[in-house]
Amino acid sequence: MTELLSKELLSTIGRKAPPKRELVTRRDIRKYAVATGNRQRKYLDGDQAPPMFHVPLFWDVVELSELTPDGVSIDKLLPKFPLEKAMAGGLVIEYHKDIFPGDWLTAERTLTDIYLKQGRSGPLIFYEVVMDIRNDDGELVIREKTTRILR
Amino acid sequence: MSESRQTLQFAAIKAGDTLPEREFKPDNVQSMLYNAALWNGHRIHFDEAYAKEVEGYPGLVVAGPLLGDWLNQCVEEWLGEDGRLMSIEYSNRIASYTGDTLYSGGEVVACREADGEVDIDVFIKNEAGEVITPGRAVAKLNA
Repeated sequence: MTELLSKELLSTIGRKAPPKRELVTRRDIRKYAVATGNRQRKYLDGDQAPPMFHVPLFWDVVELSELTPDGVSIDKLLPKFPLEKAMAGGLVIEYHKDIFPGDWLTAERTLTDIYLKQGRSGPLIFYEVVMDIRNDDGELVIREKTTRILR
Repeated sequence: MSESRQTLQFAAIKAGDTLPEREFKPDNVQSMLYNAALWNGHRIHFDEAYAKEVEGYPGLVVAGPLLGDWLNQCVEEWLGEDGRLMSIEYSNRIASYTGDTLYSGGEVVACREADGEVDIDVFIKNEAGEVITPGRAVAKLNA
């Protein structure tokens, strides 16, 4: 069971993706607020970014040739896992500072953990990715931890 | 939101208080705009033939983070300008499809006087009443 997590696989814990720096614009905020059915004026007008605006801001933008046939970009931060069927995971988002148009934000993603649990029908691999988003003063704006499960 | 809403104060909140429920009817237009805003090209969200024939879904899948966003909105609409959403966690457990009717809501589960924070269980339910996206939020009321 433990051999599912090879030394080589575990050595990828701590790996970081190249940081991405993006500009928050009023127009992008408005588009996101409209698309999510938001009903708060400050977001619909783009005066402030709603929670989860970091999701569109830092979604991978890759060239068409880098998308898989089902239209997904491959997350290069992740190693090849011995289990590949993805199950529901979860995420935790901490909101440390509000976000406004004109802000430059930098996201850095780290593969922070890989571990095994015994599920009802076999072993499950869990992995965690933390994305820290900071402003140009280096202050933490959002921390998001994603946990995914493979079977 | 509404002009007549009362100020929400920490002292008046207690465990068991419920947040207003909201109905959602995600359709093709919203799905297109949402996934375009993300730059999400995953075909299960907009290519119905692919979603059904290749992936075996009964329809177009509603994007998981959109359901997560609705949990954030549920808390923020309840808070108005009287507090701040500090953190939220959620997990997408059951898929939902374009054309479904979904409901968001929540319930206060704890109030922490020391820091003026409340813990709220939030949910997205489907028409069958199943919680498809459970979550937990922490909000801090203005002092």
